[in-house]
Parts: sequence; structure tokens; C-alpha cells
Amino acid sequence: MSAPTRTHSPADSSPAADAARPAPRSEVPTTSRRTRRDWSAPIAYLIALVVCGITIAPVVYVIIGGFRTTAQINRDPSGWPDPWVFDKYLAVFTNPGFWTQFANSSIVALATTTGVVVLGVMAAFVIARYEFFGRGFLFSLFTAGLLFPLTVAVLPLFTMLRGFGLLGNLMAVIAPQVAFALPTTIIILVPFLRAIPAELEDAAVIDGASRFTFFLRVLLPLSWPGLVTVGVLAFVASWNAYLLPLLLLGNPATATLPVGVQYFSTAYSQDTAGVLAFTSIAMLPALLFFTLAQRRIVGGLTGAVKG
Amino acid sequence: MTASTTSAGPARVAGPAPARPASSSRKGRPRGLLLIWGFVLPALLVYATFVLIPVALAAVYSFFNWNGLSALERFIGFDNYVRALTDPVFIGAMGNNAAIVVLSLLVQGPLAIGVALLLNRPLRGRTLIRTLIFVPYVLSEVVAGLAFRLILPPGGPFDSFLTALGWAGEKPLWLADPDVAFWTLFAVLTWKYLGFAIILMLAGLQGVPEELGEAAAIDGASWWQTQRHITLPLLGPTIRIWAFLSMIGALQLFDMVFILTGGGPVNATETMATYMVEYGNGRSQIGYGSAVAVILFIVSLAVALLYQRFVLRRDLTGAITRGG
Repeated sequence: MSAPTRTHSPADSSPAADAARPAPRSEVPTTSRRTRRDWSAPIAYLIALVVCGITIAPVVYVIIGGFRTTAQINRDPSGWPDPWVFDKYLAVFTNPGFWTQFANSSIVALATTTGVVVLGVMAAFVIARYEFFGRGFLFSLFTAGLLFPLTVAVLPLFTMLRGFGLLGNLMAVIAPQVAFALPTTIIILVPFLRAIPAELEDAAVIDGASRFTFFLRVLLPLSWPGLVTVGVLAFVASWNAYLLPLLLLGNPATATLPVGVQYFSTAYSQDTAGVLAFTSIAMLPALLFFTLAQRRIVGGLTGAVKG
Repeated sequence: MTASTTSAGPARVAGPAPARPASSSRKGRPRGLLLIWGFVLPALLVYATFVLIPVALAAVYSFFNWNGLSALERFIGFDNYVRALTDPVFIGAMGNNAAIVVLSLLVQGPLAIGVALLLNRPLRGRTLIRTLIFVPYVLSEVVAGLAFRLILPPGGPFDSFLTALGWAGEKPLWLADPDVAFWTLFAVLTWKYLGFAIILMLAGLQGVPEELGEAAAIDGASWWQTQRHITLPLLGPTIRIWAFLSMIGALQLFDMVFILTGGGPVNATETMATYMVEYGNGRSQIGYGSAVAVILFIVSLAVALLYQRFVLRRDLTGAITRGG
């Protein structure tokens, strides 16, 4: 079963894949460090090159393919654009449906992130720092949410939100997404907020600050890194979400980007180049956002694991 | 690793942490109580309304023959469950989920550990390598699935790539042949989630002190001996958490399958979640779909609890309660 590594290097031989990974290659000459095991460094670079090539090749293929015409693609599926065509990308940007979906995705992701962070930090604050009746139960209740997959709840959510008359409304996606992101958020934030020294709170209280002022003026600024981490995780999950928007937003032409891309690819399946262009534009926000917030995402994913 | 079908963020760590009172906790006084509940209630309300109640409703619906529109009155006991567990298609879907769980652990785990061990050194361009490796994980499953649907058709770019490599003959129908489609799906899932596993292992490796490896090298241990007897055991907690996330994700797999194959051809790639959506949403059999959802939940819960009980126990006390 070494198949996965081998099977997915379709564009490996294409110039595109080479262009996408110049850095590791250019660094190979520098690897003859004065370590005892000189041979292992080139192997590491080779492995890095192969793995990066496989991960990036499909992405590069889609992006490059958007610069070709469907006729070019039909003639030679894995060729280089000749000539480069920008129409397909322009068509996406002048497609009002795309902008509707883009706006919807942005609104849903921003509202979900805001909701999760605000509700999550408030609950995590008191669970982490105050002793009260039901505290242990509350924390267990929220952590139990990790075991309730969205898939289990999606059919009842559908009938429930239809009862509220919310189908097709962005709120129908935002509210459940906030709810399902709360367990992760609270689990990450509670130890984070607990680690902030009690002396700070005592000092603030002595200076006449209320608990609320302490929360707003001292605790929130101090816990900023944790908030950014849970915020980024919630944003990415929401941006990529498919099942909820698919079932709850109805008309795919005015849903969020993942649903819209899928709809476009079915509706215009003959226009291969157009689908490639639309797909790569849909990739772009996630890639950009990831590059900007990379340290936070990786930190957030591994932080909860490493403790 | 297939965690996070939709909102199930991979940062989810197993199970409830012991709610140990911190030394800094304050006794709640009447005014404090107002603040406490004022802070907790909004989150609790949203959580109860959109998580707890729907999950409970799914359990209720599962005992009815209900299309989601008429009155909820045709109580049929466990008939929906019997129907699901005697439907060969659903049994096949469960088998597919189980196969993906096992294959992920056996293929993606060792691959990720191996690559991470090789990359765990001061490499030039390390940040770039990490970014590129991580790219598939950040893309939505929909976009990734669509990309592969465009790459894998008969005579498509992947086939012509193979021809260029020297495979002149007929290529398999990657997505249309029932005997091949499952393996294609698994390969695409590996492409999507291997990077996450590698990054996770690399992060875990940073917690392994370098001095240990140096000491072993001075004592004459080979590179492989050092990895085998020092690094791997110390990486244990990370591997166990990754395996947990991977299993839960594989059980709840939906988006990628739905986009790539829709469960076909001839149900060859059906999973519990695609089966549920097909019946619950596609055919408006909300009662039956809910029974499938409950079975999916029970299977996930059983796996999670057993795994925590027997594998994760010693890791968790530290992993969650220590500061993030």
C-alpha cells in the first residue's frame, strides 16, 4: 500500500510542479553540513521534495488549467497553457453568483468566528476561574459535545430550522456552527485562562476594579493569543463547511462558496476550463488566509495535543 | 487522518477533562453568581438549542416512520434500526468506514511518522516545506474532491501522466470501477490528511529533547536505533492522539465521498454519513435517517470510549489540563 504516495503525482513531470517547489531544490547544495551523517540530509531534502510535489501537484494543475481553454484541455489534458487565456478567470470575477457566494461565505465565517470567540471566552472565563455549583457538570457537558458529530444532528436541525422559517437564511448556518464549535473553543480556552495568575485579579480588585472590568481590561488582552487560535480554527472550519450550507441554505446558486463551486461544476460540467478556474478561485481565500495565519493554525492544532 | 467532516475541528481532544478546581478559583457570592450565570448562559443556551436538542431529537425521530412533514405519530419501535442493520448497503457502508479507519492507521500513520522523522532536522526552507505539506489540509474537502474529479477521469491528466511514465495500456477507471473506486478514495483521503499528520508528528518531535539523541549517538547508537528506542517512544502521546482524531474523522467521513463519488459506483464507497444523508435528505425518510445517525453516534462513542479507556488514559490527564 505505498500506492498513495505514487498515484498522486500527476503533474510531477509538468513544469508547473517544478515551478512550485524551487526552494528545496535550490538548497540541496547547502546541505553538506559537518554532521556525522552527511548522507541523511540529502535524503531528507529528497523526501521533502517528493512529499511537497505530491501535495502541491493537484493544486498547481487546477490553477494552471484555469489559464487554458477547454479545447486545449481536451486535446492534451496535462499540457501547458498555449496560449495563456485569462477569460475563464475573468468570467468568474464577473459572475454575480460568485460574489454572492463569496459574500455569504465571508458573512457566515465572520459571524461564526465572532460568536464562538465571544460566547466561548465568556463561558471559559467563569468555568476556569470561579467555583460555583454545577461548574464541573457544565465543563463535562461542553466537553461531551466533542462526541456529538454534526452529522448526527443535521436532520433534526433541518426540520427544526424549517419550523423557525430560517431555511435559506444565513442564520440557519451561523447558529449551529457556533454551537458545534463551542466545545473545542472552551476546551482550548479553559486551561489558557486558568494559567493567568490570580494575583493579577487580586491586584485589580484592590485597585477598585469590578470582576467585569478585570475581564474586559486585563484578562481579554492577556488571553489574546488563545483567542486568535480558536478564532482561526473556527474561521477555517466555517469557510470550508459543506454539509450544513448544503442542507440548510437551499438554492446552491446563492449558498456559500463550497456549495456554489460544487453547483457550478455540475451545471457547467462541459466547460472544464471554467470549472478549473472557479475551483482555483475558491481555493484562493483559504490558501491566503492560511499563509497569513499559518503559525496560529498549526499552533492551535498541535497546542491542544501537546498541552 | 480524516478528522473534521465539517465543524469537527481537529483540535478536538478526546473526552472530558477533569474539572479540577484551580487554586485561583473564587467562591461565588450572590453578586458573583449573577456574573457567573450571565457569562455562562448565552453559550449554554446556544449549545443546548443547536447541539443537545437536535441530538436528542434524532434519538426520538429514530423510533418513528416519519417523512419530516406529517405529524410525528407512526411509532414503529426499533424497526428503523432493524432495517438499517439488515440492509446490505448499510452494512457495506459500515465496512467501508471500518476499512478506512484501519487503513488510515496502518498506512497514513507510519508514512507520517517516517516523513516527520526524516524532516526533523534543521533544514533550509523548513517553513516553506511545512507550508506546502500542509496545503491539502487547509483546502475544503469540496474543492479538493472537485480537483480530483477533474484530474482522474478516463483519459484525463492523471492517465496521460501515467502514459508518460511508460504505462501504455488501458488504465483502470479510477472513480467508475466498483473494484477500484474505494482505493482511489482512500488515496485521495491520504493526500488530503497526510500533511496534517506530518505536521502533528513534527510538533510532537519538537518536544523530544535533542540531548537524548546526542547522548545515544555518543554511546554509538545508529540513527535508526536512536529513532526506534528513544524518539518513537517519546512521540507516543502524539501518535495516540493523532490515531484518535483519525479514527473519529474516518467514522464520520462525508464531504469528500459525497463530492468524489457520491457513494458509488454501486455503493462501493458508501459511508454511514453519505447513506444517512441519502435517505434522510434525499428521500425524506427523516425517521430512518435518524436511526442511521444514532447508529453512527453509538459506533463513534463506543470507539472513543474504548480508545480512551485502554489507550489514551495516561496521556489525557496532562494533555488537557496543562496550560495551552
